[in-house]
Amino acid sequence: MIRVALPAHLRSLAKIADREITLEVDGRPTQRAVLDALEARYPMLRGTIRDQDTQLRRAFIRFFACELDLSHESPDAPLPDEVAAGREPYLIVGAMAGG
Amino acid sequence: MSRVRVLVGTRKGAFILTADGTREQWDVSGPHFGGWQLYHLKASPADPDRLYASQSLGWFGQLIQRSDDGGQTWEPVGNQFSYDGTPGTHQWYDGTPHPWEFERVWHLEPSPTDPDTVHAGVEDAALFRTTDGGQSWQELPALREHGSASGWQPGAGGMCLHTIIHAPDDPKRLYTAISAAGAFRTDDGGQSWQPINHGLHSDGIPDPDAEVGHCVHRIALHRERPNVLFMQKHWDVMRSDDAGDSWYEISGDLPTDFGFPIDVHAHEPDTVYVVPIKSDEQHYPPEGRLRVYRSRTGGNEWEPLTKGLPQSNCYVNVLRDAMAVDSLDDCGIYFGTTGGQVYVSPDAGDSWQPIVRDLPAVLSVEVQTLP
Repeated sequence: MIRVALPAHLRSLAKIADREITLEVDGRPTQRAVLDALEARYPMLRGTIRDQDTQLRRAFIRFFACELDLSHESPDAPLPDEVAAGREPYLIVGAMAGG
Repeated sequence: MSRVRVLVGTRKGAFILTADGTREQWDVSGPHFGGWQLYHLKASPADPDRLYASQSLGWFGQLIQRSDDGGQTWEPVGNQFSYDGTPGTHQWYDGTPHPWEFERVWHLEPSPTDPDTVHAGVEDAALFRTTDGGQSWQELPALREHGSASGWQPGAGGMCLHTIIHAPDDPKRLYTAISAAGAFRTDDGGQSWQPINHGLHSDGIPDPDAEVGHCVHRIALHRERPNVLFMQKHWDVMRSDDAGDSWYEISGDLPTDFGFPIDVHAHEPDTVYVVPIKSDEQHYPPEGRLRVYRSRTGGNEWEPLTKGLPQSNCYVNVLRDAMAVDSLDDCGIYFGTTGGQVYVSPDAGDSWQPIVRDLPAVLSVEVQTLP
């Protein structure tokens, strides 16, 4: 079970009331597997976190966990054990920018 | 009694304004999608409760929302806009080739007859279509594959396809306009396109009379006279009497021929509205006086409409998609400003009142006339 925190705009888009949701991911979880599971459950989030054609992270989105910035890691790298075990959340964050 | 429903897109959400046919008392609903940019909302002519909205944000990209109950509830539909094949390059601001990159949907134009069919004009310029109510979108690639496209350059706001008009007398004829490539027409349902810019003159491009490269801001036509087009260009207000094959200038006695929106009275094909603004650098009304100009002669002779509009210290702009007309009698005219005001004239422009004054900057205004 993976805990995932989403920015407010995406929670309202997906009609998610809680700050965190939980997802089941088969096997050793990676960022790609978590995002695949997230988009499968909430299809309206497709394209909002990563480009639908290139699958690249959108420029102003960041991925954090365990006080680490995972934004530039390979999407297929294993997530930290604490995240895989559900003890720490995987944070999808909108960068502080704009107006 | 007839009603009107005004669909307003702003930089921070959508608003829906409703009134009866007197257009005196208004109900304001919103913000819908608060915090998001709503470039455009438009209703299906075939099903007035079917609305489509283009929602975007720098962080989260493009979404399309659909309502089946006149804007009370909305559901996101498909948002995948993939160019057909390998899209190639257009020119970038520095003159170098730049790959076509999808950025956002500027304009949604529902089919006159089918609520599930909608054309979308996007940045970087291309035309998409859905036939399943927005669940999936396919490009009509022939426009982007026109022989001139590798030379198209973006305007200051991006290279956007911002105008889509269905010819009222021919389902296979469609007009589009792209900033800053120009106007195009298809007569075969989008299988092939021709530039329709003969007569446009733009001193800011290498060949001022070129086939493409003109900065067209908006095109409008009247349903009863479908071969007559009116155009607000970067400079010059233009008219065509032959479906865009040739154009001539009708700026006449306007105080400035620069502006963004242009629209036509619902019942008077020769009555046209523009909002002149000062130069292409300042983008606000001359002398800080917000004036809509009306021609009742199809152009050249223009009268300022000022009653109810601020005539001092007003430095707002009216963007290209932010003017609309209803089909009541008297015809109502609507426009929204970058200062967040939405104005209505229930008497064809003679007098104006603000419906709301303090919205976020207005990006688009559309109106529906309802039974």
